Amino acid sequence: MADAKITLEQVLHVAKLARLALSEDEAREMQQQLDAILGYMEGLDELDVSDVPPTFHSIPMDAPLRPDVPDRCIHRAETLAQAPQSEAGGYAVPLVLEVDS
Amino acid sequence: MSFPWQSAFEIRDQVEKGAVSAVDVTRAYLDRAETLNPKLACFLSIDHEGALASAAQVDRARRDGEALGPLAGVPIAVKDNLCTRGVRTTCASKILGEYIPPYDAHVIEALRGSGAVIIGKTNLDEFAMGSSNENSAFGNVANPWDFDRAPGGSSGGSACATAAGLAPLALGSDTGGSVRQPAAFCGITAIKPTYGRVSRYGLIAFASSLDQVGPMARSVKEAATLLEVVSGYDRRDATSAQREVGAYAAACDRDVKGLRIGVVRDLLDGLQDAEVKASVEGALAALDKEGATLVDVSLPHAEHAVSVYYLIATAEASSNLARFDGIRYGLRVPGADLAETYTNTRAQGFGPEVRRRIMLGTYALSAGYYDAFYLKAQRVRTLIRRDYDTAFESCDVVCTPTTPTPAFALGEKTGNPLEMYLADIFTLPPSLAGVAAISTPSGLSSSGLPIGLQLVAPPFEEERLCTIAQAVENACGLTDKHPARLD
Repeated sequence: MADAKITLEQVLHVAKLARLALSEDEAREMQQQLDAILGYMEGLDELDVSDVPPTFHSIPMDAPLRPDVPDRCIHRAETLAQAPQSEAGGYAVPLVLEVDS
Repeated sequence: MSFPWQSAFEIRDQVEKGAVSAVDVTRAYLDRAETLNPKLACFLSIDHEGALASAAQVDRARRDGEALGPLAGVPIAVKDNLCTRGVRTTCASKILGEYIPPYDAHVIEALRGSGAVIIGKTNLDEFAMGSSNENSAFGNVANPWDFDRAPGGSSGGSACATAAGLAPLALGSDTGGSVRQPAAFCGITAIKPTYGRVSRYGLIAFASSLDQVGPMARSVKEAATLLEVVSGYDRRDATSAQREVGAYAAACDRDVKGLRIGVVRDLLDGLQDAEVKASVEGALAALDKEGATLVDVSLPHAEHAVSVYYLIATAEASSNLARFDGIRYGLRVPGADLAETYTNTRAQGFGPEVRRRIMLGTYALSAGYYDAFYLKAQRVRTLIRRDYDTAFESCDVVCTPTTPTPAFALGEKTGNPLEMYLADIFTLPPSLAGVAAISTPSGLSSSGLPIGLQLVAPPFEEERLCTIAQAVENACGLTDKHPARLD
């Protein structure tokens, strides 16, 4: 983690990955704050954990399968009522593909 | 006239005897909420209609001679990241500002089944990300003991509502301390159950490997009773534990004689706040007097918990919050194309702390940094878990303060996110280990601010926490003390 500190360029790249638009001022402030936080996190470097397994789940658990039987689900109209825009029983979204007609 | 600070038990008892109707109780609590909420801002919505309908159902059941549930007629406040069918659920975020869930969370179904009356949805840090409730898109919550201080977070609204008597009970959620820390700041009790004890179905996800719903109340036994109501297996949460629910309320009546209390001595001696240290020592002395045994234990890797937590929780959050894209529900801010619609929606919908955490988490998971940050954090998490395994070989519970200081002032830490994160140092290790924890008051500071004690037990040993926390409450609790400035 020696060169962990984040640059403004990296901040803009990560923002793009996360689908977040940042103004120039916001990006600069974000860079400073993340730099301080990542700097603090360099403290983890004092530990050698190369032989320690990761803990993705704190409590051991299996992933049980349920019987595959049809069940009632939430009514379509109630779900679509929460959509910003819906049409003909579906979600309306901005045009994704151009189609020649 | 002073407010009748009734417990959930007293309310249920009176409703059952017919001394008062559930509808009248509910009206009184709705009135109190309407009067005090402009000052406290603990509720984001008050559900008059729903609450009165639930209360009427309890009264009807009583008239019909049906058996009443364990919380029949008891008003409860619910954190606004728990889905309530037909009632706005915002996560204190503009992106869900008008969202009305088409279903109830598991815990909401459990509450309805118990006869509890949900009176409103409480304020929180946006998406439960914060330690002061100052990250709410809908305004700060006051600490009822001192209106210029933070109620804690992220379940600040639930803690405030309970401490101020707007409801005897509340539900919050805890990812890294979000029920325990506000409970400590507001002088109430809160339980962070073992991961898997309470179903997360319908709890809007922040960090899925850490999130748990937790009960909050002005006494240990009320919190224990609420835990019994909301616990249990639910097939809709793949991480829900298939284990019997404990007798948490009955456990409050047990003796602490012979139980071993693990004292993290170096951590306690390192405390800078002398009053917090003295308060913890006082509680320990009381437990010792009651026949518990004090033993020294250590958590050598706890100091790394802030780094580990803020890598893992933000990584999970960055993934969980990808669903908020302006397409299926919530806010949409249209752009020239689909990609711009996503970015416009998320830029305007998320507040600064949520954006910061999404950025940090995305960075920690991104190509070239995954091993150095995310994977490393998960490995250190193992060391923190092993610290508890070792500690529990020589003790039954591990005891620390809940927070390094009593409630800090509103605005004190908002300029420095890292400083805010560091205040979570005691609540993060149990969350990372997935174990059970409780915070209960151990007294008041000289300036009249509550101080909280944290007890941590092995997985699914919530009964033990209730037994010991009850002994702490008997010796130095705040159940007969209430914030003075409310009426």
